[in-house]
Amino acid sequence: MSGKEYRTITDVKGPLVFLNKTEPVSYNEIVQLRLSDGSIKNGQVLDTSDDQVIVQVFEGTASVDRQTGVKFLGDVFKLPVSKGLIGRILDGAGRPRDGGPEIVADDMADIIGAAINPYSRQSPESFIQTGISAIDACTSLVRGQKLPIFSASGLPHNDIALQIARQAKLVGSDDDFVVVFCAMGITAEEYNFFVHDLERTGALENAALFVNLADDPAVERLITPRLALTAAEYLAFEHDYHVLVIYTDMTNYCESLRQIGAAREEVPGRRGYPGYMYTDLAMLYERAGLVKGKKGSITQFPILTMPGDDITHPIPDLSGYITEGQIVISRELHQKGIYPPINVLPSLSRLMNAGIGPGKTREDHKSVSDQLYAAYAQGKELRGLVAIVGEDALNERDLQLLKFADIFEDKFLRQSRDEDRSIDEGTLDLAWNLLSNIDTKFLVRLDQKWIDKYHPGEKKGEEE
Amino acid sequence: MSTENGVIYRISGPVVTATGIAPRMYEVVRVGNEGLMGEVIELHGEQSVIQVYEETSGIEPGEPVIRTGQTLSVQLGPGLLTQIYDGIQRPLPKLEETMGVFITRGVDADGLDLTKEWEFVPTVKVGDELSAGHVIGTVQETETIEHRVMVPPGKEGVVKTIESGSFNITQTVCKLEDGSEIAMMQEWPVRHPRPFVQKYAPDVPLMTGQRILDFLFPLAKGGTAGIPGPFGSGKTVTQQQLAKWSDAQIVVYIGCGERGNEMTEVLDEFPHLIDPNTNKPLMNRTVMIANTSNMPVAAREASVYTGVTIAEYFRDMGYNVALMADSTSRWAEAMREISSRLEEMPGEEGYPAYLSSRLAEFYERAGRVETLSGEDGSVSVIGAVSPPGGDISEPVSQGTLRIVKVFWGLDAGLARQRHFPAINWLSSYSLYPQALDQWYRDNIATDFPEVRTEISTLLQIEAELQEIVQLVGSDALPIDQQLTLEVARMIREFFLQQNAFHDVDTYSDLKLQYDMAKAILNFQEEGKKAIAGGAQLEDVVNVPARTDLMRGRFEEGYDGRIEGLVAEMSKQIAASMEEN
Ligand SMILES: Nc1ncnc2c1ncn2[C@@H]1O[C@H](COP(=O)(O)OP(=O)(O)OP(=O)(O)O)[C@@H](O)[C@H]1O
Ligand SMILES: [Mg+2]
Repeated sequence: MSGKEYRTITDVKGPLVFLNKTEPVSYNEIVQLRLSDGSIKNGQVLDTSDDQVIVQVFEGTASVDRQTGVKFLGDVFKLPVSKGLIGRILDGAGRPRDGGPEIVADDMADIIGAAINPYSRQSPESFIQTGISAIDACTSLVRGQKLPIFSASGLPHNDIALQIARQAKLVGSDDDFVVVFCAMGITAEEYNFFVHDLERTGALENAALFVNLADDPAVERLITPRLALTAAEYLAFEHDYHVLVIYTDMTNYCESLRQIGAAREEVPGRRGYPGYMYTDLAMLYERAGLVKGKKGSITQFPILTMPGDDITHPIPDLSGYITEGQIVISRELHQKGIYPPINVLPSLSRLMNAGIGPGKTREDHKSVSDQLYAAYAQGKELRGLVAIVGEDALNERDLQLLKFADIFEDKFLRQSRDEDRSIDEGTLDLAWNLLSNIDTKFLVRLDQKWIDKYHPGEKKGEEE
Repeated sequence: MSTENGVIYRISGPVVTATGIAPRMYEVVRVGNEGLMGEVIELHGEQSVIQVYEETSGIEPGEPVIRTGQTLSVQLGPGLLTQIYDGIQRPLPKLEETMGVFITRGVDADGLDLTKEWEFVPTVKVGDELSAGHVIGTVQETETIEHRVMVPPGKEGVVKTIESGSFNITQTVCKLEDGSEIAMMQEWPVRHPRPFVQKYAPDVPLMTGQRILDFLFPLAKGGTAGIPGPFGSGKTVTQQQLAKWSDAQIVVYIGCGERGNEMTEVLDEFPHLIDPNTNKPLMNRTVMIANTSNMPVAAREASVYTGVTIAEYFRDMGYNVALMADSTSRWAEAMREISSRLEEMPGEEGYPAYLSSRLAEFYERAGRVETLSGEDGSVSVIGAVSPPGGDISEPVSQGTLRIVKVFWGLDAGLARQRHFPAINWLSSYSLYPQALDQWYRDNIATDFPEVRTEISTLLQIEAELQEIVQLVGSDALPIDQQLTLEVARMIREFFLQQNAFHDVDTYSDLKLQYDMAKAILNFQEEGKKAIAGGAQLEDVVNVPARTDLMRGRFEEGYDGRIEGLVAEMSKQIAASMEEN
């Protein structure tokens, strides 16, 4: 433990401080800076050699000067963990923000987090019912999945995340979820919205919050999600909790990453983001999952706002390459007044097949989901055609599909913010009802045996 | 080999600079108090630059760096099959035993179990003259695969003694007159291709059971293919389909910088899936390398070489090996990250200037060869590419497309329509058909190449007609062209679409593929006749037997029934003419 304080700062550039003539300093070590007015800033070593050490300062380098004292704390960043994290609100660096006492640590956990051995993972396959039909039917979520919400500014992604947090449950089990919520650079207003909602529903007592707001230090955002995930791992794998991690907004996180890259004068990748952003994001997203021999699980809901509504922007793009699908929020549906405005067409859950079907949801789930998707996709496409050639040009089948697209949006997608639909009666039966607006002969994705069993007009034994 | 000690001068992420040692390029060194494994990647005056295969947090300048004299190598011998390794050939089950479920650092593990005994059956006798690559005996490594123990490259001579019985892989099973000893295990430096006598032009298809691949864009045994596509378009599913159903004898699957859960899926599934060629679980022929996106990037860089070296080793035994790398873009990014830490002058998009030569060198390790022992062996390489935003004008896609002979272009639009596999039939290509056509004529049907041409021509025509339809609607087309559109739709929906998750549809053998293609052409033929005879297009298209024919592919035993279904369809179409 080197207790020595150095006053050897040579350069300050953006959030980085360069100093020389130190004794050996270790890579990733945490650092404390004492400014001339006595205030303290925190940082982390990014590069170290005999001649020079580069420190990234979480609170930014405002007021840092050559007289600033720099102390290396001889350890990498660790979070005090215990079950006592549940019910607490911490700031973006892990200090109490709720006026409560310091966390009494059962353990100190390295926040970088080690990779889960792929051999030690367990395949996620337990269906989580969110009570939201669009998700449950078409992009089913399973426990241990990482499924981001791709949204854009001004859209109700927070409402959706909260509704999921409130309603998420395993069918036929009373295991509850613990929510770990991580705010990165969101506004105080958004934050209050989350907290009030969690408070209103009593979920706050079952949640741990890590909060870095828009006016908090930007570089600190790089550690906030790591703290949150470290807490999540501890709760899941030491105490058997099923943890739902919601973090918002990944876009702000990536901006901070870009800022550090620029300050280090790294060769930038696409649109100025660092070339290692994929790996960096993977170090967060891959901390979801289940492992052999442990009862708990980590399910992740990262929220990101797509700059310019552009899904090919590096932030959604690299996220999509790592996560197991995505839920895409649509401005068009939102403008039509539909909540939740989930566009099921570009949305995808890659783990869906493992989580649905007989014994999990219902035997007809896959069929119904495929049929809903196909009918809605065709109906939507026909809207474009009708705009050019008019409805008269459509045949009977096309007319029905066109009408179905509207019905689907209005009756199936649309639900209220506190409407919690069960997968069978609430969602799948509703789907059958709506599909019965289309002639059975056009429902080519539905197996005959499910038509006989579930179709409201064709159920065997119910005719006449 | 002498070892020397040096010290760490600088640490920047996975890159460590040492002073006080003079190692060779690509020499393996031990870094820091914990002895982390690293590899020398640049010599720079007094300094040696090292990429470290494990996490470097907490390491300090001044800690020791020790030479080993070795270059980065893999252990080759019985025990590779069914194993799952990280990028530097540490068995993941071993790491779990020592570290638990999270991968920490500073633990060494042999790639092969050095104590396990195998039943060695010699195939040479005293007095035989051997050279490198010569098979000296066999071991039944798994239920289906016989491991052929070879004289390691560089050794030759006359057999003095040869043993049979139970041995572990380090024990001597054969001595040569010159006193040199041969054990079942050999080591090979991963960055060097293993030697062979000569490369042949590939002329046998690698059959994958995937209709669009085998029929329209085939890969040859020993060939190379690239699969670029945006996220969620089906790269991994396609690679896994090939790992499952291709008729290679050995499969090496490299998860390079991708998801942990995808490797778990393979581990869960493969022991239960039955290889249609051997009727035994697929796991028997599989070796996996898993260096996921959150595992150290330097080991990700190495993983591709580890995989291809293992593939070459089985090739040298005379096997047909298929290697999948998912995703080569993550490999390239690992190179980029290391290169930028070295402060090298970047090329396009920050990738090192040597990116395209590394890609070329990697794909060059594919091929069908005459092995040192005179056998025919092959390594086919299939690389996924993950272009940012799905735009293949970027360096990794372009560098790959310049080398590979087959391009399976995944298309976001098709994936969104849930047309799977989402391989674009207009932009994809294969340069192998010419070399393979004789094989198809001899083994499947004499008119196979012509049928393929007809099918792809129909798809081209459809694309042209669609442009007109966009403007005037399909009703405005003459009836024969409307029929062509229906035929093309049948190609897409009945033939090209193939559900990887459907028990039956997941695999079609080549004969069945041919029969299905013929069925479509038959529909076209009969349809034309019927329409010429006055039938309505709608009636022709909607004959119930056509639906039966199309749906039938989801049922077991389809290959036996398809002929009858086609005959029934023809009959009904002919009848539709009489109705009018
Ligand atoms: N042949 C297929 N049959 C059925 N579904 C498929 C097929 N190919 C792809 N899919 C669907 O597409 C999804 C995404 O496929 P996949 O995971 O292979 O994409 P990817 O290209 O590897 O994406 P990434 O780059 O993010 O890894 C799958 O989860 C599956 O739902
Ligand atoms: Mg993939």
